[in-house]
Amino acid sequence: MDAMKLLVIAEQQNGTLHRASWEAIVGAQTTGQPVTVVVFGSSAHTASAAADLKAADVSEVIAASSPALESYTADGFTAAAAALIADLSPTHVVFPHTYQTRDYAPRLAARLGRAIATDVIAVKEGPVYVRPMFQGKVNADVVLEGPAPHLVTLQIGAFRVDAMKKGAGAPVRAVTATVDAATIRQKAEAPFREAKQAVDLSQAERIVSVGRGIKGEEHIALAKQLADALGAELAASRPICDAGWLPMERQVGSSGQTVAPKLYLALGISGAIQHVVGMKGARTIVAINKDPEAPIFEIADYGIAGDLFEIIPAMMAALK
Amino acid sequence: MLIAVCIKQVVTREWQVRVNEAKTWVRDQDASWELNEPDAYALEEALRLREKHGGEVVVVSAGPARVTQVLREALARGADRAIHVEADHFATADAFTAAEALAAALAGEKVDLVLTGLQSDDQGFAQVGVVLAEKLGLAHATIIMEVQLDPSTGSGQAATLRVKRELEGGWFQWIAMPLPAVITIQSGINQLRYATLKGIMAAKKKEIRAVPAPAAAAARQRITALYMPEKSKQTRMITGSAAEAAKELVRVLRDEARVF
Repeated sequence: MDAMKLLVIAEQQNGTLHRASWEAIVGAQTTGQPVTVVVFGSSAHTASAAADLKAADVSEVIAASSPALESYTADGFTAAAAALIADLSPTHVVFPHTYQTRDYAPRLAARLGRAIATDVIAVKEGPVYVRPMFQGKVNADVVLEGPAPHLVTLQIGAFRVDAMKKGAGAPVRAVTATVDAATIRQKAEAPFREAKQAVDLSQAERIVSVGRGIKGEEHIALAKQLADALGAELAASRPICDAGWLPMERQVGSSGQTVAPKLYLALGISGAIQHVVGMKGARTIVAINKDPEAPIFEIADYGIAGDLFEIIPAMMAALK
Repeated sequence: MLIAVCIKQVVTREWQVRVNEAKTWVRDQDASWELNEPDAYALEEALRLREKHGGEVVVVSAGPARVTQVLREALARGADRAIHVEADHFATADAFTAAEALAAALAGEKVDLVLTGLQSDDQGFAQVGVVLAEKLGLAHATIIMEVQLDPSTGSGQAATLRVKRELEGGWFQWIAMPLPAVITIQSGINQLRYATLKGIMAAKKKEIRAVPAPAAAAARQRITALYMPEKSKQTRMITGSAAEAAKELVRVLRDEARVF
């Protein structure tokens, strides 16, 4: 492998690191090549995040700050990252695949005129990037073409935080980020939650979760009966909440809650990555789906390929 | 107000994905096709904005001849006209190639707002809208769950856009920006309408303008292999009749997994 020089772009909010930043560092560390980490934001926020980041075994942590980066904007972060990349000339720029990364990393790649692979779940020798396609039904090996740097966004869970190599304390360098406030077109307001979440699914011991396979709103009651019989909370994948069949607060996945119950029973859920990232920490995963090739079976401990409208009543009979 | 909606035709969710012999793409010769779901929400949002503020909705798609199906469907749902950038290689193109084609299609249009779905159900890059914004030199925001438009009053006051962006874990954020702009729409932002018979009849008279594909730039991403994902767990598949399988499942959950 040619010499690589990796730049990880960590993510912070109000000075607190996004946990997936550590996973991106692990992904970069696995190459065995020099890794620099940068975090963008205000000077107080980047200093606070950098103080945490220096624990990683990396060459350097850069706290790149500007008052214009106090809150995230696509224009601000694109400009600041483009300037820093031009300065450092990395061969690879690694991001955690967060909603923030999704918002600006493709724009950054377009501005630099460089290739980007998004939603990468594994990296093979080459490097060859593995990413899900067709709703997780197939994986693709992709190679990026053209000059360096190549940009890569790593899906949550692709690398394990507990595999991170710690160092003796990496040097931290505070720099002024190059960004002209006048060029930032977006005005960001403070993040908020829609309503106080009445249901905290993260504390549930057992969860029965429904997906598109439930077919109609009138069938939700059937899943609820099974949940009650199991002493479980009822949850759903995104399309069910989009349709209004269950409230958004019962959604599991990247845009909803992340759960880790003892039992996760997935009814008619295909297993798209956006859902799986929210529930793969469950101790026992059961999938019931009519399609024996549904990706949900890849992560299930127990599976039944069959008609959930027959199996749910039979389960309730068996539970009596 | 001219609103453009970039849409993609993808294989239906029910279609059994099969990898081709070269393992570089799926065997989609026998596939059935549909409008990419997030793009359907983007189209619906555009139609609602037009109903509120007036103007015109133009749908744009880059793809082989077959994509006229989804353009026709969008016209039947209420779009005013369509632009088709036709070339076979768009079927498997990377996000830069797709964005390049869409930018070329919109070159002669004075768009105020460009909408597209946040990602496609096939390759799922979630890049095209964002790259398109950069190519057009416009501001953008992604994963949008609500759109508020304040059109220009004509008295020098610029038109502005305020959008509700979805963050992770149930958080949201409002972002304001000037028009023209590009936004990518999250599924579930609205309730979809379907084409009426009247709409389908009206669509037959609406224009689908073909524009030539721009000279193909070198692709930046190449698929070297496509395959079914490896299992990360040893899944025990429980077989038998529904009653037998259900009984066995309850038994293993109680006695082996001990989850209740």
